[in-house]
Amino acid sequence: MKKEKEGWKDLPIGLVLGAATCLNFETGDWRSEKPIWDSEKCTHCLLCWIYCPDSSIIVKDGKVQGIDYKYCKGCGICAEECPPKVKAITMVREEK
Amino acid sequence: MIVARTGNEAMAEAMRQINPDVVAAYPITPATEIVQLFSKFVNDGLVDTEFVPVESEHSACSACVGASASGARVMTSTSSQGLALMHEILFIAAGLRLPITICLVNRSLSSPINIHCDHSDTMASRDAGWLQIYTENAQEAYDTTIQLVKIAEQALLPGIASTDAFIISHGMERVELIDDKEVPKFLGERKLNYSLLDVDNPITLGPLDLQDYFFEHKRSEIDAMDNVLPIIEKVQKEFGDKFGRYYPIVDEYKMDDAEVAILVMGSTGGTAKVTVERMREKGKKVGLVRARVYRPFPKDAMTKALSKPKVVGVMDRSDTMSTLGGHLYNDARSILYKSDKQPLMKNYIYGLGGRDISIEEIEAIYGQLFDIQKSGEVDKDVVYFGVRGE
Repeated sequence: MKKEKEGWKDLPIGLVLGAATCLNFETGDWRSEKPIWDSEKCTHCLLCWIYCPDSSIIVKDGKVQGIDYKYCKGCGICAEECPPKVKAITMVREEK
Repeated sequence: MIVARTGNEAMAEAMRQINPDVVAAYPITPATEIVQLFSKFVNDGLVDTEFVPVESEHSACSACVGASASGARVMTSTSSQGLALMHEILFIAAGLRLPITICLVNRSLSSPINIHCDHSDTMASRDAGWLQIYTENAQEAYDTTIQLVKIAEQALLPGIASTDAFIISHGMERVELIDDKEVPKFLGERKLNYSLLDVDNPITLGPLDLQDYFFEHKRSEIDAMDNVLPIIEKVQKEFGDKFGRYYPIVDEYKMDDAEVAILVMGSTGGTAKVTVERMREKGKKVGLVRARVYRPFPKDAMTKALSKPKVVGVMDRSDTMSTLGGHLYNDARSILYKSDKQPLMKNYIYGLGGRDISIEEIEAIYGQLFDIQKSGEVDKDVVYFGVRGE
């Protein structure tokens, strides 16, 4: 069941929230196109990781592991920035 | 200590004694002197303030917001166009509940360009969520500046203490200063339950707030305004008990048996009091109500005051440009809508751009109010008093 939202008397005064609240806001459902990452083609240059505005490229020990679809909005910047000779990321239409 | 000070000097002295943590300001006539004098205090080591000489009033208010959010006691000063340039940040300061204090000098808004007094600048910002206290003289400006810092911090609301351009800001008056040591004691330290600089308890300040929570946050801000009058009263009383000068929310002068009264703000209150005294000597039952606290609008105290006389002339040094007259007039009429003791009311827009108002002119207004009392009719609700060609 969804949590009841607080009434105004229960909110902290002055628009103060805890830190990192964007983790509670799953922006992945905004997506109309989905980036598909090909681990075979990837050279781990990390350009996608640098450019991703939503920190949705999962990297471990300097290697790309995949894409965090919980937060990826499908903007396509990663696919655009992936070097033309590599083309490890392709955008496909989201289908549900 | 009794000294001779202009309104600007008095406000600067108050700021020196308050010794705020941060002052970010940009000069503008006729408030320039306040921060100019204050920057000298900084240079001379008389205060510990971090003084930020910014490149605009928009930046001044923004720097104040950042500093206040970090927990600092923050003040600035401005006037007219400067306040207009702060406009969007005013709402942010209020929404974030940051108790910033502005020492403001009321000056006309351009165009036509003019540096003299009217209340169009603060009136244009009256809905920003800031407390507004209009003062009558340099002494009140000095005292109110000190009070307002405490009021703002207790209510978690920003506030403006204002004087009339040149009339108060540059007029030399007798001012009683409080002992330097007493002011910090009266104010205490600013207390806050969070800080932007506390790395162990990180917070988010001013996040995006959409359909699901924005309304609740605004409601909470409105609630602060609803509850601030008792705080103002308490601080005014504490101030009076300690330093001997008591201030009301609504300043009533000879109202108990007044048949006709004027409602006014700022320095004209002083001129009108002299007029009342002169007319009383001639046996005329005239009274005066001065709106000292204008935001929030003190509806109960004001309703009580305005219910006493038969006729009220509301003097506004600003026009709403809505065809409905002045700001004070509209508020005063609105609170009397449900009153069973509605006085007849007439609005006098006067003194725009610093046009002088004399004792004789105010006496003439009282004369017109007596005519209204006799006829029982207000011929014209809103008149422009002292303008040529009417």
